[in-house]
Amino acid sequence: MPEEAVARLSGVTHRYGAVVALEEVDLEVRRGEVLAVLGPNGAGKTTAISLLLGSVAVQTGEATVFAQRPGAPEVRARRGAMLQISGVPETLTVGEHIDLFRAYYPAPVSASRLLAMAGLEGLERRRFGKLSGGQKQRVMFALALCGDPQLVFLDEPTAGLDVEARRGLWDEIRALSESGRTTVLTTHYLEEADALADRIVVLHRGRVIAEGSPATIKSHTAARRVRCVTGVHRDRVASLPGVVRSETRGRYLEILTARPEDLVRALLDLDPDLHDLTVVGAGLEEAFLALTRAPDASEPVS
Amino acid sequence: MTTATLARRGRIYVLEARYQFLMVLREPAFAIPTLLFPLIFYLFFGVVMGGRGFSVAAPTYMLATYSVFGVLGPSLFGFGAGLATERDSGALLLKRTTPMPAAAYLLAKVGMALTFGAAVVLGIFFIGAYGAGVMLYRWQWFALAGVVLAGVIPFCALGLAVGAWSKSRAAVAITNLVFLPMAMLSGLWIPITMFPAALQDFANVLPAYHHAQLALKVIAMDGGQGTALHVAVLAVQSIAFLVVAAVGFRRTESGAVSIRGGGMS
Repeated sequence: MPEEAVARLSGVTHRYGAVVALEEVDLEVRRGEVLAVLGPNGAGKTTAISLLLGSVAVQTGEATVFAQRPGAPEVRARRGAMLQISGVPETLTVGEHIDLFRAYYPAPVSASRLLAMAGLEGLERRRFGKLSGGQKQRVMFALALCGDPQLVFLDEPTAGLDVEARRGLWDEIRALSESGRTTVLTTHYLEEADALADRIVVLHRGRVIAEGSPATIKSHTAARRVRCVTGVHRDRVASLPGVVRSETRGRYLEILTARPEDLVRALLDLDPDLHDLTVVGAGLEEAFLALTRAPDASEPVS
Repeated sequence: MTTATLARRGRIYVLEARYQFLMVLREPAFAIPTLLFPLIFYLFFGVVMGGRGFSVAAPTYMLATYSVFGVLGPSLFGFGAGLATERDSGALLLKRTTPMPAAAYLLAKVGMALTFGAAVVLGIFFIGAYGAGVMLYRWQWFALAGVVLAGVIPFCALGLAVGAWSKSRAAVAITNLVFLPMAMLSGLWIPITMFPAALQDFANVLPAYHHAQLALKVIAMDGGQGTALHVAVLAVQSIAFLVVAAVGFRRTESGAVSIRGGGMS
């Protein structure tokens, strides 16, 4: 099988009491890719990961990893995970934690190589509780790699890190995919998904609302940023076709739209004196905003 | 299973136990109360005060009951507070995604309680024998140590139940609320026979009471109830605690509630 899925959710619906965390979700992780599951808080990202890790039981639908049950011992041995806001006991050192986790796996990566992969050289004798936030995340990253996994789950790996620490961890994650491993990462940092992923799945309120390469996601929404100098008020612009957001920046009006041609036509009809017009492709962040705003945008304009 | 696989699995158990032990040994909030309090209490109540307050037999009686107290602490705190903390920090969840056998984690905690308990029992025996002149037959010393250390089974089960149901922030307080009143009401600090009759009757529901009575039987100072009764009560209670703990864990693992109380993003 060429496009073999290493992990899959099929028709998964998951509820916490009355709250629906996932609804009819289909998700496929392909061999060797970096898949970003992108969405705001509460979108269902962690629930999706937890199902694939077998730490939460499937309620409706099916979850498989390496064509097996996610909690199966063979699966555990070939998979690594970094969980959201997860810590390990503070009184043990970095080296001790690595020593313990390596013991869990049949063919572990050497401790020195793990320290290098996670950028933790020189810290092995430091207690976990004495590390900075970025260093702690690197330890969690190293622990995810102890078993030389073919599939790595990173649940919001850079949450709470400063820009420098985040970019540092990105380098390690890139190196991970270059070594041929399949990586699934969740994030609500759009920049992160764009920078790291081969493919993005956008989750919103428990549903997959878009899927594809970062470029596809952008073209799919066709979000464009239209900038011009015009006498038309931005509140009037907000009711024009496909407008997601409009704001005044200095003397310019900036409009994010899914339908740039229709918008420009309408704008020129309204204001023949409109000038300094530019239309540029929107970044992923804007594409994402357009996607998650979709239900609102389709509401009738009063 | 091949020898190599067996050796690897054995190594997980050994390392898990070693690091569990190191982890709590380096935690003063755990190590100091569980190691030192029973020794200091025994020294004060059993040896310094013992001769005058109660009877000449007090140091011998309290040798047994403070040893029980010494095993109760690390069992309850290792499982109660320790487990709740590791669960809420996500450490336990992370371990559960690895091939670590769950038994390795649980046995490591039992091993830790046993090691701490043994250290306290040795200390109390030393104080008793050399500080208070407690005289026992050699078999009684060994039998007493054995009976007392067997207490890790019901006490760890109780700790597991507490840990499975409490949030980490509350776990230390809840564990203390179980630990201290139970120690006192089971007659671990002052002899149960000095309590009013109603409290003596109430003690029958407490596992530490039954365990202390078994320990006191070794030195012929128990209240006269049958060995079988104490053992049966402890066995039934241990099973009940394990069931309560299992229900608590299932609650979080069924996906019926969010894994970490807070967000479910």
